[in-house]
Amino acid sequence: MITVVAGLMLLPLIPLQAGELIPPKSFKAYDTPNDGGESISLVWRASPSDSPEVDYVLHMANSPEGPWQEVMRVRSNTYYKNSALERFGFRKRNKDTHLLQIDPRRHFSSDKNRKALYYFKLAIARGEEFIPVEKVVSGRARGNWFNTAKLNNFIIMIAFSGVVLFFIIHARRNPKLFLRKISGLDAVDEALGRATEMGRPVLFVHGLTGMGSISTMASVNILSRIANRIAEYDAELKVVNNDPIVLSVSQEVVKEAYLEAGRPDAYNQDNVVMVASEQFPYVAAVGGIMTRERPAANFFMGYFYAESLILAETGASTGAIQIAGTDSYTQLPFFITTCDYTLMGEELYAASAYLSREPMLLGSLRAQDLGKAAIIVILFFGTALSSFGIGFISQVFRAF
Amino acid sequence: MSFLRRTVPLAIAFTVGVLMAFQYFVPHPHSKAFLELMTRWDRIIAGFAVFIGIYSLFHLHWTRIRRKAAGWGYSIFVFLGAGITIAFGLYNGGEAFWHDKKEDTMFDWLFLYVQVPAGATIFSILAFFMASAAYRTFRARTVESTVLLIAAIIVMLGRVPVGALISPYIPVVADWIMGVPNLAAKRGILLGVSLGAIATSIKIIFGVERQYLGGGD
Amino acid sequence: MGRFLNIDRRIIFAAVALAVIGSLLVDFSLPVPATAPVQQIFDKIESLPPGAHFLLSFDYDPSSKEELQPMALALLHHCFQRGVKVIGMTHNPGGTGLAEQALNSIASIYQRKYKEDYVFLGYKPGGASLVINMGEDIHTAFLKDFYGNDTTTLPALQGVESLRDIDYLVDLAAGVTIETWIAFGREKYQFEMGAGCTAVIGPEMYPFLDSRQINGLMAGLKGAAEYEVLVERKAQAFEGMRPQSVTHCLVILLVLFGNVAFFVSGSFRTQRRPRR
Repeated sequence: MITVVAGLMLLPLIPLQAGELIPPKSFKAYDTPNDGGESISLVWRASPSDSPEVDYVLHMANSPEGPWQEVMRVRSNTYYKNSALERFGFRKRNKDTHLLQIDPRRHFSSDKNRKALYYFKLAIARGEEFIPVEKVVSGRARGNWFNTAKLNNFIIMIAFSGVVLFFIIHARRNPKLFLRKISGLDAVDEALGRATEMGRPVLFVHGLTGMGSISTMASVNILSRIANRIAEYDAELKVVNNDPIVLSVSQEVVKEAYLEAGRPDAYNQDNVVMVASEQFPYVAAVGGIMTRERPAANFFMGYFYAESLILAETGASTGAIQIAGTDSYTQLPFFITTCDYTLMGEELYAASAYLSREPMLLGSLRAQDLGKAAIIVILFFGTALSSFGIGFISQVFRAF
Repeated sequence: MSFLRRTVPLAIAFTVGVLMAFQYFVPHPHSKAFLELMTRWDRIIAGFAVFIGIYSLFHLHWTRIRRKAAGWGYSIFVFLGAGITIAFGLYNGGEAFWHDKKEDTMFDWLFLYVQVPAGATIFSILAFFMASAAYRTFRARTVESTVLLIAAIIVMLGRVPVGALISPYIPVVADWIMGVPNLAAKRGILLGVSLGAIATSIKIIFGVERQYLGGGD
Repeated sequence: MGRFLNIDRRIIFAAVALAVIGSLLVDFSLPVPATAPVQQIFDKIESLPPGAHFLLSFDYDPSSKEELQPMALALLHHCFQRGVKVIGMTHNPGGTGLAEQALNSIASIYQRKYKEDYVFLGYKPGGASLVINMGEDIHTAFLKDFYGNDTTTLPALQGVESLRDIDYLVDLAAGVTIETWIAFGREKYQFEMGAGCTAVIGPEMYPFLDSRQINGLMAGLKGAAEYEVLVERKAQAFEGMRPQSVTHCLVILLVLFGNVAFFVSGSFRTQRRPRR
């Protein structure tokens, strides 16, 4: 018995004689999981004959009788299942299984039926030598309704959304929420007061991203709060944009803010303008406004690029009090050196809640803190486990 | 009015927001078709919005000229620049705009010899401002700012060939500063930013944050 | 010494201008060895077989031309040398002229033909939406190329149905497009990509390099100069290393001088920390 086991263990180590091709086993076809119905997966167990000289040849037909056409010829030591982690996960045995994904429409483009059944034959070949696998398999490509590879993301999304909503509801019942001091936002009133006293305008500069960006959303929210206060102070607000959609939204937001403050007459549409749509023309135009009109306060809110320093330096040279807020990490140093106050990263998003002190908005900040705590714990344990060679945690959080 | 100005936009934001969030997890062709439909709408709206931008720009400068506001003469250049560019764009080297774009037209000339150098000039101002800002602010006031100062000098040297000439270790240390402490700090900020962005998105989808619609409640 | 702490900005500006002009006039050369992220882009293109499809996205406008156009030219030299088919496009309306000029000028050096060896799809708005559209079907995203040809008929696009069929993509960006290509392109449609960007956003791209979402990175003029050295086509970027080195040294000297003045004048005792 021991001899037999030892013999079996040695079997793969014995070099195969030339000409001895062993056809692969367990040839199967099925709909590729987690896709939109584009492909059929074909899998088979690796043959002991796998080597760079040996090929696998795949034939395909749309009826069991044929006609058969060769659709793929691959080297037998390539195309393993572990190359498609996003579909088949991290199972160890994937490295012993071959995988080919076939898009039937590529080979049978005239087929109108997207879900037609297709038939496959596999063979192993070396030069002239050709040994087919007896079994003919069939499969059809179907669209899937859930991508299980994204299950981790889905769970995190649901959990974090739940936590945010819970704290928003919770904050409504318990409005007394501790909020750390953000000096940049406390200085907003100081800046607006200064502008009112000096009789000079307040300039609000949007970043370069469009309305689809969260930074712009956050800056529009801040604009609304600032516009409301400016209307109360009876100062002049100028808003510059470089995106037409942001322009429309800004005009609407400022108009509503003036209306809410009971000063609809003070709103002037020509004060919320689009000055240029491209980066450096925008800089030139805004710089011109700063030097000509010498605003008493400049607000730079949103996502900025290389223009940040030019804008903030020009503003600083005119003696304006400057408050910047950006989640653009590379531009933070420039704003910090040239502005009086800078809202860093998520402070930009928190600004609307901070300025309004609305409990509903403040609630989400606590959820963010909880999320951060969770990430810190996961990072800590993940690093510790990875240091000991246990890497499953990075697989659990891998995004596909 | 409130129904049209508030309820309908909030309902659209909620429905589309939730559907788009779930779309990410659904690979089915229907889901893809929905995504394509939404992105097409997005592009169509963006295309039309350009007209609003142009109107705003022209209206602003026309008002400045009419009122003879300070520096109104510059506003003439807006119309001049736009007019000449549009005219040459439509002229298309004598083949009119409904034909395929011709090469080496006056339009290309304007692009290459006006827009390109003008853009590059404004960008190059950055070097001057950076030198002036660095001179004024990089001071070894505290231990932290001294560390920042030293790191900045190493990175500045490591980013140009002269750093390697001084010592082969300077680019290595500069890369380490960029790749380790800098990256760690960046990731910290990124994590906070990402959580903030998700929380803001949820507030917008569920109508908790509605300032972007204008006004408060 | 205290008066040196607040010297007129214009003096600094003049010093920078002199340093740049002087280093352009005086000819001296500096060694530019390739760093690993640039080498990786070079190696990837080197590994592409002739006829492979390479997509180059010119996502910048004239304002960033000085840093990014040399990268485009060096990449095109490499691709056309190797017989790789090049597909050009841009997310930036100001980038069409630059892209067209780069593609046509380098292709003519290697006698590469438009439609057969390279195509230029032109500009389309949409950003992320456009990338998704291309990921689903490149021909519906761009029905026509820049010159109005039907994209389904272009030989250089044969075998390319969507982004999945692209062998390698490099995004040259002055803005947010690298993230867009990664999030909505590479992650969804699984293709390999590299990136080139302005020096100022270079640090922002390191995490993507580290997570291998981009296989290589060229940052700023130095990145471009390194690629020029790799493809043995020393040009504008390589020449630019001189003024850049001199200006960096000048800024360092200015900072050191400012600190000497700060300590000698005794201002460090009186100056408070700036507000954040």
